[in-house]
Amino acid sequence: MSIILTPVKTFGRYLQLMAKVFSRPERFRMFFKQYITEMQKLGVDSIGIVLMISFFIGAVICIQMKVNIQTPWMPRFTTGYTTREILLLEFSSSIMCLILAGKVGSNIASEIGTMRVTQQIDALDIMGVNSASFLILPKIIGLLTMIPVLVTFSMVAGFGGAYAISYAGIVTPDDLTYGLQHSFNQWFVWMSIIKSFFFAFIIASVSAFYGYTVEGGSVEVGKASTDSVVHCSMLILFADIFLTQILS
Amino acid sequence: MIEIQALHKSFADREVLKGINTVFEAGQTNLIIGQSGSGKTVLMKCIVGLFEPTSGKILYDGRNFVGMGKKEKALLRREMGMIFQSAALFDSMNVLDNVMFPLDMFSTMTLKERQHRAQQCLDRVNLIEAQKKYPNELSGGMQKRVAIARAIALNPKYLFCDEPNSGLDPKTSLVIDALIHDITEEFNMTTIINTHDMNSVMGIGDSIIFIKDGRQEWTGDKTQVASADNQALIDFIFASDLLKKARQAFI
Repeated sequence: MSIILTPVKTFGRYLQLMAKVFSRPERFRMFFKQYITEMQKLGVDSIGIVLMISFFIGAVICIQMKVNIQTPWMPRFTTGYTTREILLLEFSSSIMCLILAGKVGSNIASEIGTMRVTQQIDALDIMGVNSASFLILPKIIGLLTMIPVLVTFSMVAGFGGAYAISYAGIVTPDDLTYGLQHSFNQWFVWMSIIKSFFFAFIIASVSAFYGYTVEGGSVEVGKASTDSVVHCSMLILFADIFLTQILS
Repeated sequence: MIEIQALHKSFADREVLKGINTVFEAGQTNLIIGQSGSGKTVLMKCIVGLFEPTSGKILYDGRNFVGMGKKEKALLRREMGMIFQSAALFDSMNVLDNVMFPLDMFSTMTLKERQHRAQQCLDRVNLIEAQKKYPNELSGGMQKRVAIARAIALNPKYLFCDEPNSGLDPKTSLVIDALIHDITEEFNMTTIINTHDMNSVMGIGDSIIFIKDGRQEWTGDKTQVASADNQALIDFIFASDLLKKARQAFI
């Protein structure tokens, strides 16, 4: 019975927390300050890892397509075409957000969890501050603002990786360029960005929930951080199925 | 003044507070003492609203905190300051920003006025030179003093201190006690201190409530402690041989 009840209760608590989070900020000046800080911490500080991973994955996808897909019976632009489709449709949104769930999600859960166990959240509550809104809302809005930037950077870096490998002689740059441009559908870029908004909301809100509801000490903070990454990843993959079906 | 009337608090089927009735007067330091697990932290958390009491009333100058709506509670909370056992300073902010935080959130002052007020509070706790430091660069005693400065920034009517001397050496404890006592008198605040520290009891206990097993066992002040005839209180306060001898000599 608890297999059913526990997730239902957890979801109920999550909704209760979100109701507290989405309330009017007490001071817009303070909200804006927090919002800028979170955009920098969650978004700008993630650009490096996004660029690096996307560059190498772009290069690897290009090699794999050349080695495993391309045959003498297929046109030479196939490698570029399939590389583009993989990067635009899945890698730069879903897989990149899975990676961000690990980096950003654990950061959010452990930061808020530590504030909880060191009574910093109690201090906010006693001052009369809506601690949930003050701490979580800027993170959600900040990540939602930065996610299109990260997804776009990921696409560009992925193509950069594919080009880098083409100059190493795997495919010719001309074939790759032709493949990347072949039957280009602009909607795929928008689809990727729309999906990433949902994933960003999952990462920020679910991680914050696990951090905010920590009870205990450092061990529980570590567990909350792990739980947040696991649940964010599962929810992203689950949401990806529906979003892909709806948006395709 | 804070008045507690028939306060009960239960967790599941375990009753932790069993009908507390007491009055904490303004302008004096009111101490809640008792053994670990006696219910004094739960009492403090009920008073500040971190726990919802099972039944009873908590009257802040006649305003019942228990039955209040969210907005009224938020307004009343702005009249409260709290010093936590762990100081609970915001790690990401320096000392000045920590003290300015309540002013940033709730005052209509300009930036210069807020900075000036925060510096006044830091000066009051003799920490003006540490305003650019971060909490992790401060000693335990300094962190507590910053917490006091932050708690008084908005001129609160009610000050709550949860074991303010925990983890501090005896000399620093005396400094913190004296500071809290002086501030209480200076601003005519209703101060409630939750403590184990016997120096605090004998030094700043203008009013003392002794809690045992969730019940109010004894009330009095520092001058009445040594001559009290409550055996549970005597066993708690004069636990060591040294203190027992001191009490006998006093009697």
